[in-house]
Amino acid sequence: MSEVVHAFTVEIPVWRPYVTPVDLAQATAEQQDALKVTPSNTKVSDYVLVLAHDPESLTHRTPLFNAIMYGAGGLSRSERELGAIGASVVNRCIYCAAVHASRYNQLTKSTELVEEVFRAGADARLPAREQAIYNFAVKLSRCPPEADAADIERLRAAGLSELEILDLVLAIAIFGWANRLMHTLGEPVAGSD
Amino acid sequence: MTTIENLLGADARLATLLGQRRTIMELTEASGTAVLTPREPGGLPHGLRAAIALRAAAVQDEELMAHYRAMLEACPGGVGFAAFAVPGTMPEDARLAAILRHADLLTAEPRQATRDDIEALKAAGVTEPDIVRLAELCAFLAYQARLLMGFRLLRNAR
Repeated sequence: MSEVVHAFTVEIPVWRPYVTPVDLAQATAEQQDALKVTPSNTKVSDYVLVLAHDPESLTHRTPLFNAIMYGAGGLSRSERELGAIGASVVNRCIYCAAVHASRYNQLTKSTELVEEVFRAGADARLPAREQAIYNFAVKLSRCPPEADAADIERLRAAGLSELEILDLVLAIAIFGWANRLMHTLGEPVAGSD
Repeated sequence: MTTIENLLGADARLATLLGQRRTIMELTEASGTAVLTPREPGGLPHGLRAAIALRAAAVQDEELMAHYRAMLEACPGGVGFAAFAVPGTMPEDARLAAILRHADLLTAEPRQATRDDIEALKAAGVTEPDIVRLAELCAFLAYQARLLMGFRLLRNAR
């Protein structure tokens, strides 16, 4: 039995579900349809097969997630990832944090920011623009959300346009969603597929 | 006009911004329909979903409360769940109580969720598809509340 990962890491763990994934061979037409819109349908992940228990949601959430994280224009890819990291730290989704921290490192070709975030959590000290983005992500992700007008001022002062702030809100919010699935329907275990 | 845009009210500058993310707004609307009034509700009837949404709104965004109260009142069978739309209230029925307890956890403290919480749902008779449906519902509500707060802050920034 592999060990459950409890600390933040950039080594992407294996996700072990608490709920039985849908058996692809037994999937209904609607489930198969919902599964088709995922990036890879040759090897469907256990996570997506668990979500296939609710095909109506999955059908819309997959393209929504992709549009928010990978859509053209507006906020940079890496800064969307930083929003995702902030949410995942608040919600302590080890798996999401690992995936999106390693993407952030790839996109920025650096590791310092992620190391500081994983070391200090919500109190991480970062360069000005990243700090404004990260603090906003942390505050908006809390329950109830705590962001306020001063956070928007700081984002503007750090050079973000209104469209970039809009994209940041979307990236943070979609991880409020993703974390609540990934972290609550299964657990990260050490090792790889 | 999507639900979120209706809740935000008319604002020309925000409308221009959201117009640049039209697909996202429409997929958000479709996702809301899928979790609140799905064609196949499973063991979570529309009235219970509206009650959970109202209960979550009281915790994470009071401006959503009127919206979900209206949805609950308009829902056939919604009246049977209205008593549990208030945070802190718990029904006698063990399965329903387990669902509401888990909904509260997903809304307020998802970081505290463990395997035991899912086992408790199963032990109370909640099926695996209903466990996933419940997670999608509460996760969507968290997303929606954060969109609303973020968009409101953007709208009010001048």
